[in-house]
Amino acid sequence: MNEMPHIDKAAEMTDSKISAKQVQVFYGDIHAIKDVDIEINPRSVTSFIGPSGCGKSTFLRCLNRMNDTIDVCRVEGTILIDSEDIYDPKVDPVQLRAKVGMVFQKPNPFPKSIYDNIAYGPRIHGLAANKTAMDEIVTSSLQRAGLWEEVKDRLSEPGTGLSGGQQQRLCIARAIAVNPEVILMDEPCSALDPIATAKVEELIDELRENFTIVIVTHSMQQAARVSQRTAFFHLGILVEEGPTQDIFTNPTDKRTQDYITGRFG
Amino acid sequence: MAEHTVKAYDEELTALAGRIAEMGGLAETTVSNSVTALVTQDLDLARATIEQDARLDELFQEIEMGIVEIIARRQPMGRDLREIVAAGRISNDLERTGDLAKNVAKRVIAIDSDLTSKKLAIGVEHMTELTLSQLKKVLDAYTQRDAPAAADVRERDREVDAIYTSLFRELLTYMMEDPRSISQCAHLLFCAKNIERIGDHATNIAESVYYMVTGERLGDERQKIDETGVVVK
Repeated sequence: MNEMPHIDKAAEMTDSKISAKQVQVFYGDIHAIKDVDIEINPRSVTSFIGPSGCGKSTFLRCLNRMNDTIDVCRVEGTILIDSEDIYDPKVDPVQLRAKVGMVFQKPNPFPKSIYDNIAYGPRIHGLAANKTAMDEIVTSSLQRAGLWEEVKDRLSEPGTGLSGGQQQRLCIARAIAVNPEVILMDEPCSALDPIATAKVEELIDELRENFTIVIVTHSMQQAARVSQRTAFFHLGILVEEGPTQDIFTNPTDKRTQDYITGRFG
Repeated sequence: MAEHTVKAYDEELTALAGRIAEMGGLAETTVSNSVTALVTQDLDLARATIEQDARLDELFQEIEMGIVEIIARRQPMGRDLREIVAAGRISNDLERTGDLAKNVAKRVIAIDSDLTSKKLAIGVEHMTELTLSQLKKVLDAYTQRDAPAAADVRERDREVDAIYTSLFRELLTYMMEDPRSISQCAHLLFCAKNIERIGDHATNIAESVYYMVTGERLGDERQKIDETGVVVK
């Protein structure tokens, strides 16, 4: 071990990539997220933990305006990414989602070839001038997602034919292909076995060199393993947020303490 | 604190704390018996004390295995994690305490004659009383999860150190006055050093308890005042 792993430079506060202030989310009459303020560091992993229904996924989905697709959902407050208000009417949600990519709980590759799964985003965003440039994007995305060696000889086969873990890394490669700055992950490993989970976690650790990653997870061990900062949500409130090692060894709030030690409810 | 959703986890933690308490009680008796054996030259008691230490070693191993199992099965977090780490460290200190007391008991058998100086015996006894009261206080602080009490124990270790320093000087004087007493005095010196080390273990335990309860480490402002290094010039 070269350096103490818990003294992580990325855990220290720097200029934030994402800055949320007084965020409220309503589903009809239900006040799902209350007064959430949080700063998210660039090029680091922030995890959101909390019991089911605590609002962590809802809040995550605010960060690339995925909640816009739900009619009864209303978001208030401000969310800035690189100091730009993402809920400003001038912002195009499609462009925003290219900048803020997302990976879901269940791997959801398109029913297309492995190649086209990756090429789809760059094609609609016009990121590749010709076939050579597109090949380049597909190759590098698969390489960065640690999937290249496993699929390089069968790029024309359907993405749905891969194993669950490979499909999830394919989805991560797909998200990377459009050059996002932020990657949101909503329980990306909950459908994967431990080996596939380890591979995704290793990938997350590599990706944080270039991307800002926010991950929602039900596994506290996973949050402890992959993230530099952890935020604990409960009943729509952000209870506590801080360096991961503090949250898991010496949390400030009693609710956090009870949750992480398995004493809840 | 509220109970865990998984009740067996609570039972495991309670059992662990129970074993530490048992070890603590046993360590106190071992220390007290070894010094009683020393000042009264009770060889039977000395032998019994040596045997008693085996039980401490046994408990230490049981605790260690228990800790490994809890970590493997429960992946402890937060306060639980600190509690388990502290239990491991405390059992280690108590095991060492037992070893040091056993060493005193072995020296009783090696001396095998009445102590030449009553005054020296009283000095060792006094130092032991103080150390035992430290050990008792810190074990109480452990059971009561009392951080201020633990901090206080650490603070008072300097008193034990001071007595050790004066005993050291006294023993030197005796040895210089009467070289025939050197053998006995050397044994007594080791005994005193052992007791002083037991005091240090009580201090370690105090630090573990403080961290367990608060999640923070006691600062480093405490100064060592073992001056025996200065006396020998």
